[in-house]
Amino acid sequence: MEIVHVYSRLRSEFGRACLLSDRVTELSLDLLPDPSLGAQFILRTPRDQASQARCDMSEHQVNTERFETESRGVNHTEGGWPKDVDPNEMEQTIRFRKKVEKDEGFMNSIPQLGSMMAHCIQQNNSLDIYQEYFTDEDEDESAEPPSAKTINVFRDPNKVKRTVTSLSWHPDGGRKLAGAYSCLHFQTSHSNMCEDSYIWDIENPNLPELTLKPVSPLICIEYNPKEPHTLVGGTYSGQIAYWDTRRGSQPVELSSVEHSHRDPVYKIMWLQSKTGLDAFSASTDGQVLWWDVRKLSEPTERLVLDPSREGNLEQALGAICLEYEPTMPTKFMVGTEQGVVLSCNRKAKTPAEKIVCSYEGHHGPVHALHRNPFFPKYFLTAGDWAACIWSEDIRDSAIMWTRYQMSYLTDACWSPVRPSVFFTSKMDGVLDVWDVLFKQNDPSLSLKVCDEPLYCLRVQDSGQMVACGSEGGSATLLEFCSGLSSLQKNDKSLLAAMFEREAKREKILEARQREQRLKERSRSEQSNTGQGAGDCIDAHDVQQLIARAEEDFYSVVEAEKRRREEPLQDKDAIKEVNGGKVMQ
Amino acid sequence: MAEVEETLKRIQSQKGVQGVVIANSEGIPIRSTLDNSSTVQYTGLIHQLLLKARSTVRDIDPQNDLTFLRVRSKKNEIMIAPDKDYFLIVIQNPSD
Repeated sequence: MEIVHVYSRLRSEFGRACLLSDRVTELSLDLLPDPSLGAQFILRTPRDQASQARCDMSEHQVNTERFETESRGVNHTEGGWPKDVDPNEMEQTIRFRKKVEKDEGFMNSIPQLGSMMAHCIQQNNSLDIYQEYFTDEDEDESAEPPSAKTINVFRDPNKVKRTVTSLSWHPDGGRKLAGAYSCLHFQTSHSNMCEDSYIWDIENPNLPELTLKPVSPLICIEYNPKEPHTLVGGTYSGQIAYWDTRRGSQPVELSSVEHSHRDPVYKIMWLQSKTGLDAFSASTDGQVLWWDVRKLSEPTERLVLDPSREGNLEQALGAICLEYEPTMPTKFMVGTEQGVVLSCNRKAKTPAEKIVCSYEGHHGPVHALHRNPFFPKYFLTAGDWAACIWSEDIRDSAIMWTRYQMSYLTDACWSPVRPSVFFTSKMDGVLDVWDVLFKQNDPSLSLKVCDEPLYCLRVQDSGQMVACGSEGGSATLLEFCSGLSSLQKNDKSLLAAMFEREAKREKILEARQREQRLKERSRSEQSNTGQGAGDCIDAHDVQQLIARAEEDFYSVVEAEKRRREEPLQDKDAIKEVNGGKVMQ
Repeated sequence: MAEVEETLKRIQSQKGVQGVVIANSEGIPIRSTLDNSSTVQYTGLIHQLLLKARSTVRDIDPQNDLTFLRVRSKKNEIMIAPDKDYFLIVIQNPSD
């Protein structure tokens, strides 16, 4: 259909400006849809086609199979000799050499090379061209943000992965790391779960240096600081085992089942003694046992962690961690499952006096307990969702504490080089580095080490490397930047001042609380007698309160009675009506 | 001949020089002041290093060529002067 509109004009009027005017709208054409035409088309469901003016790209990932490499030495032998010269024959080689020396080229080039060489040698002798300038200037560590990098990851070689529950650094230089592997979930034990624990050389993450084979999986392990070849470990069955790495994988000594702990041994530590062979262990059965590793059939001493000091095993608190400082050989501390830290004295005269005092403050088990290596009076605890710093003198509460974190804290320790730095590990696989002199609300550095929970943490003696163990059986070795591991000038004095200030604050708070308590007590005593020489006003207030309470009571009772009577009255009313009706 | 001897003696007498080795382009040691096994080891290893260094320089700029190679390590410095047919190795302990 053609749509044509014809209009005619005079030729002379072409090109004239159009005079536009409004017109009433009129429908010129209305094309209605014709469904029959739809049969000529095929309906396609709507599709999305994105288009963008760029080239097609694709992403590929390739992962190669692990390639096992081995280091081997190469034997250098002589070579390069021409065919006619046999390198083993001295005569021939000498003859060859003499021939070369007589060569023209030789005689010309060697003096030239020699002069070049002499220049460099003399340059070396006169001046150290690689001299470091400005070595004396202190590097400004605070300018760069703290950082850390992963050096190595040591994975559990077995198929069934167990948790790394404890790590211990070799005392001499920290080139080796001992890890205790076990499964701490309640009552799960795979039939083919291996019980071995390993000692790793930190340079070689592929194969453990030594395998330790206990009778039951090890929960904790410690190198002897005096004899670096010996280790002691506590097992899941409650026994203690003693190894000598020179004598192989089997334990040299194993404690008897009857005299050991009845629950897994959570922590074992070496003691400072003349023989250097004493250790003590703690377990959730409520006991702390002392051992002489030469004779592990029976413990030398026993302490039951009963807070009522009666030695009653039923009431004992389960111990999770221990703290011992070689400079204070008679004192030690125990962190318990119930959130209480007990400070004990080994040399007390009566067993009742062995437990000196307790520090309560955590809502859950105290997983870590560590004294500050520079200020032994202050110690760090980690449990539930926060880490707290305590002063030995103040029993009621910690002097400093971190905010409640998003996940459970599993371990904590101070840095051996910087007094204000401590590390914590959490259940979400994050390792936090806290510097109390720098920032107290948040960690200075927060590292996500792995996706599984981190169970334990150990700092090497140099303070720069930290090993942390996870639930999936991998121990990660991290190295921190020098800012976090080198002692700054004012660290010690600033930290001492901070601790003193916080301790003083707590003392003041404690004193004030005590005063308030005394006042309350005296007030309540006076109100009981009714008449007081002192505050009569208070007594009067109390009387008023009593009177008001009585009024309230009686009014409520009356209201209730009235409420109960109403339905009865209504019932009577209905009866009357019915009666009336019946009458009718 | 005498020049060669004189050159060697001069180098040897410098302060801190621990050893001198002359080798040809095939890696055969001609003269040396070290014992045989060290000589063989040094020559073998340095010959390869020299070839690699030279090819590196030439690859980057074909008109360039290696004139001197110095390997500084913690304990000493190995200096290598290459030539068309021979190369001279000196091990020096910079005594500062």
